[in-house]
Amino acid sequence: MVEVAFFFGAIGAIGGALAVVLLRNPFYSVLALVVHLVFLAGIFLLLLSQFIAAAQIVVYAGAVMVIYVFVAAYVGGIEEPMFDSSPKLRIFGPIIAAALFIEISIAVLGSSLTALGTEGVAKVESGFGTPEAVGRLMLEDFLIAFEAASLLLLVAAVAAIVLAGRKDETTGPSATVPAGSTGPGEPG
Amino acid sequence: MAIEWYLVLSAMLFSIGFAGVLVRRNPVVVLLCLELMLSGGALAMLSFSRLHGDGDGQVFVLMVLVVAAAEVVVGLGLVVAMFRRRIPLDVDEMKELRG
Repeated sequence: MVEVAFFFGAIGAIGGALAVVLLRNPFYSVLALVVHLVFLAGIFLLLLSQFIAAAQIVVYAGAVMVIYVFVAAYVGGIEEPMFDSSPKLRIFGPIIAAALFIEISIAVLGSSLTALGTEGVAKVESGFGTPEAVGRLMLEDFLIAFEAASLLLLVAAVAAIVLAGRKDETTGPSATVPAGSTGPGEPG
Repeated sequence: MAIEWYLVLSAMLFSIGFAGVLVRRNPVVVLLCLELMLSGGALAMLSFSRLHGDGDGQVFVLMVLVVAAAEVVVGLGLVVAMFRRRIPLDVDEMKELRG
């Protein structure tokens, strides 16, 4: 049963990932990433990480992807002349990626960690992966990381406003909003 | 399921994202492929967390989620700023920073 669930989730996650890379329209790539994240959350559940799976759905597939959808719709479906200007990377990119995959697989499977062939420790402590356990770890053992994360999010929010905010009067004409000529195209 | 399977899956997701970063030219899609690489890393950390029965890896994955959110906000802010200034949305065209 676990095997069926794993391979179902793995095929969905890999299919979504391939669709992100291969689909030509950025809008569809965003939607493919949502599919990928949902299937990946299912795999997280198999690893007894309930809270992370829920956070993945809520934060990633929910909030972050909404930003992506807005930006992809705002800048429009740029018809990318896919790979035209970099034929070398078009050939060597997948080869390098396949080599990287083989290398990581050899490094992982060839390691002397015999526990990798097992399903992990047989008996995890009760409450493993629940919000209670993760929250306890986060607010007791990793409090500094937690506070640093909150500061990082604040800085990121300020940076987004500074980068994407309108600067109509203060800067030159190059900063003005394009008036319709290069407006957002159709998402589809 | 043995933990090996999860690790191989995470390596595969990381490699697919890596290929996308190399091959695609639209900055939005490059950011999406970076998300793929991050999720591959997150899956590996959760696998080892399960392997050891230790929750520390899960906290680390939450930190990865936070960093990814910050990266997305800044990256997409840059994309919007590029679009406003009519800079072509093509990572191959951005050569001004070349040293």
